[in-house]
Amino acid sequence: MLKAKVILVSLGIALAIPQAMAGSTPEEDRKEAVEYFKQMFPDVPFEEFVNGQYALNEDRRKQWESMQDFPPYEFAVAEGQEMFETPFANGKTYASCFENDGIGIRQNYPYFDTKKNEVITLELAINRCREANGEKPLRWKKGAIASISAYMASTSEGKPIDIKVPDNPDAMAAYQDGKEFYYSRRGQLNFSCASCHVQNPGKWIRADFLSPALGQPANFPVHRSKWGELGTLHRRFAGCNNNVRADPLPAQSEEYRNLEYFLTYMSNGLPVTGPATRP
Amino acid sequence: MRKGLISLCLTTLALSATAPVFAETTQADIDRGKELAYSRKDGNCLACHKMDDGKLTGNIGPELAEMKARFPDREMLFKRIWDETQFNPVTVMPPFGRHMILSKQEINRIIDYLYTL
Ligand code: HEC
Ligand code: HEC
Repeated sequence: MLKAKVILVSLGIALAIPQAMAGSTPEEDRKEAVEYFKQMFPDVPFEEFVNGQYALNEDRRKQWESMQDFPPYEFAVAEGQEMFETPFANGKTYASCFENDGIGIRQNYPYFDTKKNEVITLELAINRCREANGEKPLRWKKGAIASISAYMASTSEGKPIDIKVPDNPDAMAAYQDGKEFYYSRRGQLNFSCASCHVQNPGKWIRADFLSPALGQPANFPVHRSKWGELGTLHRRFAGCNNNVRADPLPAQSEEYRNLEYFLTYMSNGLPVTGPATRP
Repeated sequence: MRKGLISLCLTTLALSATAPVFAETTQADIDRGKELAYSRKDGNCLACHKMDDGKLTGNIGPELAEMKARFPDREMLFKRIWDETQFNPVTVMPPFGRHMILSKQEINRIIDYLYTL
């Protein structure tokens, strides 16, 4: 049957918001989300949600725990640290671009920059730092940028995610835009992110076990066995868009940054655990 | 202009979205229906429904069994596979007909197969 992807993407998309996240402020949304998932999974302690599907499925968790002794991302983290500490051609390092020299700050990303009027993700900040220092930007979804991001996350382990939506109409608009993206059905298969990660976490979709929206960004960048390497959050977004036969957007596009802003805000208070491993 | 064209197409599709009555179902129809229901690039019904001897099935939707008894009205069954969102706006079941994932004929073959369950 012919693929109707292009036509369908341009069609209006219904915005159906199930119980969760229908609040009128980001903080109300977040509280409702936490309550919604707590009711759905009463036995799962709040902090466990950062472990995604492993928080909900005992068999998967056992397999996962058995690989924790030699995490497959260790080399990449060491490599990331080395790149992070190696001076650019101009003699400066990444540390010069970040608060607290870039150590222990993962929990504050993404943030809304009220001067530039846009959401700044950690990966965007890494590449902007390079460009400000006369270096070429890195490719977005994997490789060096994922290693550096993984190293920076590892220095923030356990710190509670602390995303802020400042009292500013543009910041609020970016948040709302991300929320709308999350609930909009797209692709030939007509799924929203919420169809899978709000309506159906804890269920199997074929041989995949669905994780809840809550806690998802805490473990990024992630090493997936499917990828055989680390990948960034936007790589995962693109994969999930692809799976429903929707055209993925470019990594670090405004849409994906706003989506990350909304999704990470939902995880406020949960500890940074990245990098982590997933199937 | 383009939008007009699209909605025109969709209206035409929607109007013709009823199931023609078939005189006789052959074993070949049933086999084809099963193939379409199982194949990941066509129906991929197993992603969400337990059914028959399907392996690695999901559990988002209910098991598809006793279909003739539960859906004696073939046209109703057709309509639900064509576009379940008409019956439940927040369903996650893809609108197979409306979104041109499956053709009318393909849905009819799947129904031939479902009626053997
Ligand atoms: C058709 C189902 C489906 C849809 C729609 C979907 N995903 Fe996923 N997603 C999955 C599956 C399956 C996985 C892997 C198992 C898991 O962790 O849920 C996954 C994993 C993820 C992860 C990684 C979770 C982790 O613990 O590492 C993130 C983040 C994510 N999805 C975000 C999204 C976003 C954002 C959207 C919408 C743009 C979306 N997903 C749409 C099925 C879906
Ligand atoms: C992504 C998930 C998904 C896929 C794929 C899917 N379904 Fe469903 N289906 C559901 C859900 C969920 C329901 C429950 C009713 C609702 O949500 O409105 C359902 C309900 C049904 C029903 C009504 C069953 C009943 O007992 O009430 C039929 C019939 C059905 N599906 C047939 C199919 C067929 C045939 C296919 C493949 C061509 C298919 N479905 C693919 C999710 C799915």
